[in-house]
Amino acid sequence: MDAIRTLTGPIIPLERSNVDTDQIIPAVFLKRVTKTGYDDALFHSWRQDPAFVLNQEPYRQGGVLVVGYDFGTGSSREHAVWALRDFGITAVLGPRFGEIFRGNAGKQGLLVGQITEEATEALWAVAKASPGEPVTVDLEARTATAGGVTHDFQIDDYTRWRLLEGLDDIALTLRDEDAITAFEANRPAWMPTTQPVREGTA
Amino acid sequence: MGRTLAEKVWDDHVVVKGQDGSPDLIYIDLHLVHEVTSPQAFDGLRQAGRGLRRTDLTVATEDHNTPTLAIDKPIQDPTSRKQIETLRHNAAEFGVRIHSLGDKEQGIVHLVGPQLGLTLPGVTVVCGDSHTSTHGAFGAMAFGIGTSEVEHVMATQTLPLKPFKTMAINVEGTLRPGVTAKDIILAVIAKIGTGGGAGYVFEYRGSAIRALSIEGRMTICNMSIEAGARAGMVAPDETTFAYVKDKPHAPKGADWDAALEYWRTLPTDDDAVFDNEITIDADLLEPFVTWGTNPGQGASLSGVVPDPASFEDPTDRAAAERALAYMDLEPGTKLKEIPVDTVFIGSCTNSRMEDLAAAADILRGKKKADGVRVMVVPGSARVRLEAEAAGLDKVFTDFGAEWRFAGCSMCLGMNPDQLAPGERCASTSNRNFEGRQGKGGRTHLVSPLVAAATAIRGTLSSPWDLEHTPELHPATTGEEA
Ligand code: SF4
Repeated sequence: MDAIRTLTGPIIPLERSNVDTDQIIPAVFLKRVTKTGYDDALFHSWRQDPAFVLNQEPYRQGGVLVVGYDFGTGSSREHAVWALRDFGITAVLGPRFGEIFRGNAGKQGLLVGQITEEATEALWAVAKASPGEPVTVDLEARTATAGGVTHDFQIDDYTRWRLLEGLDDIALTLRDEDAITAFEANRPAWMPTTQPVREGTA
Repeated sequence: MGRTLAEKVWDDHVVVKGQDGSPDLIYIDLHLVHEVTSPQAFDGLRQAGRGLRRTDLTVATEDHNTPTLAIDKPIQDPTSRKQIETLRHNAAEFGVRIHSLGDKEQGIVHLVGPQLGLTLPGVTVVCGDSHTSTHGAFGAMAFGIGTSEVEHVMATQTLPLKPFKTMAINVEGTLRPGVTAKDIILAVIAKIGTGGGAGYVFEYRGSAIRALSIEGRMTICNMSIEAGARAGMVAPDETTFAYVKDKPHAPKGADWDAALEYWRTLPTDDDAVFDNEITIDADLLEPFVTWGTNPGQGASLSGVVPDPASFEDPTDRAAAERALAYMDLEPGTKLKEIPVDTVFIGSCTNSRMEDLAAAADILRGKKKADGVRVMVVPGSARVRLEAEAAGLDKVFTDFGAEWRFAGCSMCLGMNPDQLAPGERCASTSNRNFEGRQGKGGRTHLVSPLVAAATAIRGTLSSPWDLEHTPELHPATTGEEA
């Protein structure tokens, strides 16, 4: 994972709330077994409409997506994050996110920052007044600056630290392998195991 | 101060306590795997040269992509086939137990854990699927994870997690006959909205929850995610213990006694404090149905399609306008007058034995409405066998319904069972998102009883609308079973 400090790109205004992960990437694209190559799948159904924002220049090369309430709700599919990333979305800013989506994004180096409703409206207004206007997202300072105005965003300390350092979660956890082994030694005997397969099952 | 159920389960799974705002490292007792969200995780292990730490705490099944007809033939869609084959290959390579198509334990991943007796009170369960919240019905802490986390659990059997906040959902009173667990959860989501539970673990409490069977509790916990909650739980009680006892992998002998002793300590202490709380009056609930394109857009079936102008919040108003356009509905239309093309009884929300039995009680001896397609899809191969042993398949086929093999089926547009564009469906599943059941398809979420009554009348209907109200299955009606 690459370390992130600041990101700059056009504000892409997605003026919708309740954008669930089925909209971000429909289930038919989940049949692939790869982790990349999902740019065509992003918002697949909405992209059939030529007027949809991602079909407009200068947004077709990606940028910073600014969204309404409850973005990324629903299914746990990490493909939603891969599709955003593959399209060229480097950060998503909005007032509230689906929890699993936010977690997935953090693991994949997609910055998800929570901004106020006012900041959301302000960024949309900037994009509408001058399409293509860039926003600079500063992860260190937790700010998003566009049109000369700086807005704070929230991201939890731990995710921020990992993104700033570009750290792999699994390697971090394996530093505690001794603690995991010790915990396992004390698990109660009644805890279920899947193997060996018990009688009465196929 | 006392602790809640969720806090107790959490505390007992902390491997390393997080310092200075870093997350706790939580041990995972059971990892359920399916074909859609695992291939990239197995690949990640391979690339990093890591093994799967605890194959004995991992089990895989095939559900999302699988056809529900002709399961003995090769899967037609090459991409679906490849995904299933990839899972089989990965399971063999990493030593993971797998229940493949045709196996008695194959089925929707959220039916497999409980029916094997792997889902137990007080354990932690994860799966790369948001409806993992289902398993909370046993008093387990169970939640969906993304593919990176799937890989993390495979490699370490743990997850770094921040503690969730707790919300009590109190459902007090007695459900009227014909009103079910599904109606409770649809009403909860309509009340708090699809984002209202963000950051929380729900604990469903109160007399109406206690009176529910485990299968009803699973229906409720299943849809916790639709209110934005990470997990939903019900404290284990005698109903829970009776359900898990004698399941193949449930503890036996002295282990059972030890488990039982621990499980009895799990319910929330009287002096514990929840971060938030809501109350629902079960006596007032009616059969519920969604009219929009998220599970929070629902109303009592006796009502009408709402007028977007009636929503004060501009965001809700815009969402309602968009939803009605997609659903092709006019404000003011009586919900009961909406005709459907398809009725789908299935999915991890409502495809267990109790759901099928309840629907069969309504359909028995009747014929489906003209022109309506009715699909009944058991959630697991085991449920299918049990339903056939009870003669339910005959009830469904005599009625004119299709009786299928187990899988996710029409819950999501990933296998051959899909709605055609513009088709309208009364569905016992959990998501009515645009295109969820097939591109352009329109979904109304309902209970199995409403689905059955709708199949008879051809328009959205509850059992209350039938000429001769059949005797309703007590387990689903919230009476003491
Ligand atoms: S039945 Fe539907 S909600 Fe449940 S696991 Fe399958 S696709 Fe997901």
